[in-house]
Amino acid sequence: MRQKRTESPSETASRRKFLSLGAAVGGALTACAEPQEVVEEAPKRLGRAPDKYGERSPFERSSRLGRASKNPETGSTRSPLQDFHGIITPSSLHFERHHAGVPEIDPAKHRLMIHGMVKRPLVLTVDEIKTLPSVSRVHFIECSGNSRGEWTDRKGPTAQHSHGLASCSEWTGVLLSILLDEAGVNPEAHWLIAEGADACKMHRSLPLDKCRDDVIVAYGQNGEAIRPEQGYPLRLVVPGFEGNINVKWLRRLMLSGQPAMGREETSKYTDLLADGKARQFSFTMEAKSVITRPSGGQKLAREGFHEIAGLAWSGRGVIERVEVSTDDGNTWQDAELQEPRHRIAFTRFRLPWTWDGAETVILSRATDDTGYVQPTEQALIAARGHNSDYHNNCIKAWKIGADGNVTHV
Amino acid sequence: MSSPRSLQFIGHLVLAAACLCAATLAQSPKYKVGRAPTAEEEKAWSITVLPDGSGLPAGKGSAVEGKDVYDRRCAECHGNELQGGDSSALMGGQGTLATPKPLKTVGSYWPHATTIWDYTNRAMPFDTPGVLTNDQLYAVVAFILFKNGIIKETEEMNRETLPEVKMPNAGGFVKDGRPDVGGDARN
Repeated sequence: MRQKRTESPSETASRRKFLSLGAAVGGALTACAEPQEVVEEAPKRLGRAPDKYGERSPFERSSRLGRASKNPETGSTRSPLQDFHGIITPSSLHFERHHAGVPEIDPAKHRLMIHGMVKRPLVLTVDEIKTLPSVSRVHFIECSGNSRGEWTDRKGPTAQHSHGLASCSEWTGVLLSILLDEAGVNPEAHWLIAEGADACKMHRSLPLDKCRDDVIVAYGQNGEAIRPEQGYPLRLVVPGFEGNINVKWLRRLMLSGQPAMGREETSKYTDLLADGKARQFSFTMEAKSVITRPSGGQKLAREGFHEIAGLAWSGRGVIERVEVSTDDGNTWQDAELQEPRHRIAFTRFRLPWTWDGAETVILSRATDDTGYVQPTEQALIAARGHNSDYHNNCIKAWKIGADGNVTHV
Repeated sequence: MSSPRSLQFIGHLVLAAACLCAATLAQSPKYKVGRAPTAEEEKAWSITVLPDGSGLPAGKGSAVEGKDVYDRRCAECHGNELQGGDSSALMGGQGTLATPKPLKTVGSYWPHATTIWDYTNRAMPFDTPGVLTNDQLYAVVAFILFKNGIIKETEEMNRETLPEVKMPNAGGFVKDGRPDVGGDARN
């Protein structure tokens, strides 16, 4: 018998999705246990015509998560990691962290100045930068304040809360080393001070060795122009370094003998240790992983097969291994890693699992190609105390209740 | 006919020439894009102030004048007594860094006085950055330093004196030494 009650679009959508997938995992995670009926008749209406710029289905609601504040121009939104497939973050859902709002920049008027300790100070247009040899590379960017709550008792209730200040895109641009050679760096320069065109002229100091290695002055993100909130028309992509140093709306590169010791690299993004000393220039985001399915806020609808899936990344290189425990860390199994694995990029891991319906805790642990193994929360706290705030890459645990509800531990 | 020895010599010459050529290439522009900035363009954009004071412009001010600037431009967000509000506290917290509730402020945490000038100049006031004159900037920075007990109320801050200010937490930073954990967890 056909159901009489009116369904909301999202209910219709999930039902449609369920029907199209058959008895798939997505259904087991989200759908109710009632028998599923075919409720739609064969299509008899024309769909809409082609459009100039695509939109997602109106039934899709996945969104970034922000927090209301008095000065929303300085704040952040988090990526819904639990909703993603594969390794690429849609540009529209890439996490945000701004210090003075998103500037609206006309690329025809934008300029990049390279000066300071160089032989030939330069002013470049965006079009000129686009004529130079280009690279496209898949890299994650992670705010060093990601998982900040994991130092405390206020642990994130969902993967988006706890790990959503990380995203992964294909970035296109010119290697910074090419621009530095064009300007001719003087031998007394050891740092590069990069500055944005936002209202606070946010700036950071980078060691020159890194600049000559793999840093990109990027104008492309996932095949199109970088989004305004990601730095349109130009940003630095500094592979593996904390998010803040990937300066957006890039307008100035100053070669210097010493770092600027700016606000962001002294009063912020420094790791306060238990003895009251603080570590400075903690650039690298170390190996980390999180299970995104099942994860906090979700519910396992039934016993039996579930795919455990998640994301792993390391600022030092390639993810070599991700182990998953489904018994609170007593035993570990190797998850399958999605290929190709990119250097300093999200790596998708998957593990088939049969849930027996009993309460348990699931965890994941990443190892990168330097041999570094993602640490426990206890190990991090033993090394750094409780006040470090930044650079927390500890193992994340999700509790699965006997009722199937997934919560943070 | 060349002997093997002279062939080797020519080989060395070619190699040396190639090295010289590569070195020269690395020093000259390859793509010849862009242009040199004018002196005015470079001056207008050169706002970075380094800890040694380079980049600081002419100007002066003390906490006496700085109080007025603070009250009009800063107090709404940072509090009448610099205690914080919609934005962060600008004083207090000295002695708290090694406690369970560290309070990181200009007075307790910031290692360089030049950074206060640099940041205030580039980013403050939050909704109207750039409205303060150089004298006002020196004065309001002096006021913040005075309220933290770091300088006297009448002490003039200028591009000579500001870099000389000794901040309480100047020695509070160590170089990142990670990896500090992450050995094999299975052992």
